[in-house]
Amino acid sequence: MDRIPILKMGHALLVTIQVDMHDQLAMALEEDLTARIAATGARGVLIDISSLEIVDSFIGRMLDSIAAVSRLLDARTVVVGMRPAVAITLVELGLSMPGVNTALNVERGLALIGVSVSGDGEHDAGTEV
Amino acid sequence: MDRSGTMLFADLLGRAKTRIMADWSAELERANARVPGRVSTQELVAQGREVLELLQSAASSGDSDPTSAAYSRLRDLLAEMSRARAFQGFSPTETATFVFSLKKPVFDAFRTEPDLSPDAMSAGLWTATTLIDGLGLFTMEVFQKSREEVIIRQQREISELSTPVVKLWDGVLALPLIGTLDSERTQVVMENLLQSIVDHTAEIAIIDITGVPTVDTLVAQHLLKTVAAARLMGADCIISGIRPQIAQTMVHLGVELNVVSKATLADALALALQRIGRRVVSASPAPAVRASA
Repeated sequence: MDRIPILKMGHALLVTIQVDMHDQLAMALEEDLTARIAATGARGVLIDISSLEIVDSFIGRMLDSIAAVSRLLDARTVVVGMRPAVAITLVELGLSMPGVNTALNVERGLALIGVSVSGDGEHDAGTEV
Repeated sequence: MDRSGTMLFADLLGRAKTRIMADWSAELERANARVPGRVSTQELVAQGREVLELLQSAASSGDSDPTSAAYSRLRDLLAEMSRARAFQGFSPTETATFVFSLKKPVFDAFRTEPDLSPDAMSAGLWTATTLIDGLGLFTMEVFQKSREEVIIRQQREISELSTPVVKLWDGVLALPLIGTLDSERTQVVMENLLQSIVDHTAEIAIIDITGVPTVDTLVAQHLLKTVAAARLMGADCIISGIRPQIAQTMVHLGVELNVVSKATLADALALALQRIGRRVVSASPAPAVRASA
């Protein structure tokens, strides 16, 4: 079965979803990711969905639950590169994913994780409001 | 009876055309004198002559139904005329009068027709009335439809015009909303905003609702949807320009936005700049401050 590769970059794990997500793949990803976070002690998880054109409620929930699981393992999840159409779809589905951090691109996502991991609260304070 | 009446009408139009046209011209001139300046009487008379010509040829087919194929050329002409009138801003009455004012000349022509039996007369009159009424109604229908087209086009233009996304700073966008937010406009606004976030790689979007007249629960929900979608794209939203009355109404309605909101666009911009790590300083230190220090 296909697996989505998980790359380790310093304290962060990078997942780039480049294929159409089906439910099986999503569940496998959640399992793999959880295992990798525990094994590597990663502090951040970056999920790049910029090439994902179609999301359904299941994938939306999966992203949400990955974020929840990582939070339990003390890793911060950032979903990056969501397309406008996908964002609108998720909102219309009622999935605004309050527990997930988002960023426009991988660069900003990494900055977000870097900031939160290094404990530099100065830039972070703004997003709390 | 119907067919003979139609033939009679067509004959009459053929025989007394000059007289009918002269009478009709007088009628048109009188009607046109009441609203001067829009269209010249000559033009009206020329149009009338054309209409009469086509009406005669259509009626001589023996068909008395103005929606039938025989009248298609006449209908095309009338449609063109009333569409032009709709765009020129004619009133419905003025537009309809053009066709209906043909009645009097036609009736006069019938009356002065020698040796016409009462039966034939009534049949001919009936056909003439129904035909002219039908054509008049058709004119009104086209007129109405043209006006509706204008309204729909303007609506579309308004909704496109009134949702601009403005770049205030590197990474800071503003979305000044003007007018009521319905679901259709929210969709356009959302798409515009999200696309601009991608295009400008924006971090912060300021939604200014100074121009939104009322905020009820539905509008608030639409705003929240936009904010949620922008957040999914990785951009934070600030809402600004909530007027005092609107703030009160929202609290009374129990509407909660749960978004950072600022009173004015200036405050929102200041917050946005602070968040992206910029600070606005005056070009030269103010002397007053120095003196006091």
